[in-house]
Amino acid sequence: MTETALRTDASRRKFSLDMRALSPFLALIVLAIAGALINPDFLTASNILNVVTRSAFIAIIAVGATFVISGGGLDLSVGSMAALVAGVMILTLNWLGAPGVSTLALGMLVAVSLGAACGLANGLIVTFGRIEPFIVTLGTMGIFRSLVIWLAAGGTITMRNSELRELYRPVYFGDIAGVPVPIIAFVVVAAIGALILYKTSFGRHVIALGSNEDVARYSGVPIWRVRTLTYVIQGICVGIAILIYVPRLGSATPTTGLLWELQAITAVVIGGTALRGGLGRVWGTVAGAIILELVANIMVLSNFVSEFLVGAVQGAIIIIAMLVQRSLQRGR
Amino acid sequence: MRGTALKLATAAGLLAGLTTAALAQQKSVTIGVSIPAATHGWTGGVVYHAQETAKALEKAYPGLKVVVKTSPDGASQANALDDLSAQKIDALVVLPFNSDELTNPVNEVKKRGTFITVVDRGLKDPSIQDIYVAGNNPEFGRVAGKYFVDNLKQGNVVIFRGIPTVIDEERVTNFEKALQGSGVKVIDKQYANWNRDDAFRVMQDYLSKHPKIDAVWASDDDMALGVMEAIRQAKRDDVKFVLGGAGMKDIVKRVMDGDKMTPANVSYPPAMISTAMYVTAGQFFANAPMRGTYVINAELITKDNAKNHYFPNSPF
Repeated sequence: MTETALRTDASRRKFSLDMRALSPFLALIVLAIAGALINPDFLTASNILNVVTRSAFIAIIAVGATFVISGGGLDLSVGSMAALVAGVMILTLNWLGAPGVSTLALGMLVAVSLGAACGLANGLIVTFGRIEPFIVTLGTMGIFRSLVIWLAAGGTITMRNSELRELYRPVYFGDIAGVPVPIIAFVVVAAIGALILYKTSFGRHVIALGSNEDVARYSGVPIWRVRTLTYVIQGICVGIAILIYVPRLGSATPTTGLLWELQAITAVVIGGTALRGGLGRVWGTVAGAIILELVANIMVLSNFVSEFLVGAVQGAIIIIAMLVQRSLQRGR
Repeated sequence: MRGTALKLATAAGLLAGLTTAALAQQKSVTIGVSIPAATHGWTGGVVYHAQETAKALEKAYPGLKVVVKTSPDGASQANALDDLSAQKIDALVVLPFNSDELTNPVNEVKKRGTFITVVDRGLKDPSIQDIYVAGNNPEFGRVAGKYFVDNLKQGNVVIFRGIPTVIDEERVTNFEKALQGSGVKVIDKQYANWNRDDAFRVMQDYLSKHPKIDAVWASDDDMALGVMEAIRQAKRDDVKFVLGGAGMKDIVKRVMDGDKMTPANVSYPPAMISTAMYVTAGQFFANAPMRGTYVINAELITKDNAKNHYFPNSPF
């Protein structure tokens, strides 16, 4: 929740930005109260844990997206990348065969490395090709998606070894001291992300790059390296998200990760990161991801929204939540 | 006298039939097959069965050539149709992406004198087609509904809808119609987009919301797999069974093995493309009337007949 904005005078910055940083959490609390009023079952521990656990994939991917977006970039390929990484990881596990921790570790290594490699490809094309990230990642989105469809021959890539699947299952369904593993995973990822973005010179370079590229260049920020690295971080985050996605259903299909890129970007923006760059909020992003999942959950739990209108109500809630946030900021 | 004449006539007729059959075997026929690319499980099955059938048909009928083309969307399918008719095809078997976009392109192929077979999704102008092989979505819902009435008799059911389309609407309304007057009650329905992850999420929410769910109509096998994972996690034993649909091989295998949670399935076979291809080949190589509409039944798959629906090599 530390703020990293350039060129704001110190006294004003402290107060107004604190409000901005807090607002996604206020929105989260308001939604939770609304949910409890709509259906008392909402507040059961199992429901809350389900929802927060489910938001882990988007939350982790969105932490990576916070880097890309606050550095002035955009990555539309994360959903397809997730599907590809999941597919390749499962194929690797099937190929290795033998159920055991070493097999899993190797599979996980493959997943994270492939994520990093995909991110590196995005980053290098954006920086050295000097092409708009929107176009580059739209292109790789198609490429990654087609590759997974090709690998699956249009069908499903499933973990074949049921023993291995049982061994891996607790990574999604298990818990440590009552806290589901995916929640621990995204808190750790967010903490490391926050540390890098707020406490390292690299983090400050990302923000500088996002707020004004020319100024950053004249100040000696290694633009290309920093920009490429943000995409690599995004790729690694996708890899980590897949580590906890695969044990859930043990399969990847051509529809895996469909529209995750939009959800990740939405989570980042709800969290208070500026879409044009120059301002990043890692914890806000996590709150944003939980808000998205919460809204969907409330829709199913409510009895008065027809299934035909769920999308409309969901959209309206997100817009209203943003309006409330903005008015909070202006009010102070 | 009359008898002889009749015999003569029959003999002549038989001879004529034989000669045309012989001629037919020597002539070369090309059938073009245009289908959607494998973008999800079911179309993956269509592609697999089309390719297998192409091989089988070419082997069975010397002189027959089958060209299979897949397209990722409606516009590229229109282009693919152009390419196919440039290769001078005698017949076209087409599973159109959508009716609106492809009616005209198919009509253009028809104008060149090509024999047209349409599969699954109909065209806007049915006079274009010589043969129509259709899946039966209302029946798909009805068969599923009847299964609940016969086997559950009494209790609460939740429904998973697919993607808002005519297909989904026909399935769901007929499912609900089949339940009318029975003790089976639908307590909730939501869209889960024929997607495993979405179904997992919606089922988790159903389980939080409803203390007692007796059975689930997942209406699709991908969704059924997500549903079962959510039930397993919640350790709820009130759910007696989950009925999917479309005959995915993993699910059919479970039905075959007598899995309690998946006692049955409803077919909507991607192999209907094979039916269409065989009937079309028959138009050229068999001496029988072929033109018409063929409706492929949505069949209830149970332990007894599951092996007829099991294709272990298909990707679906």
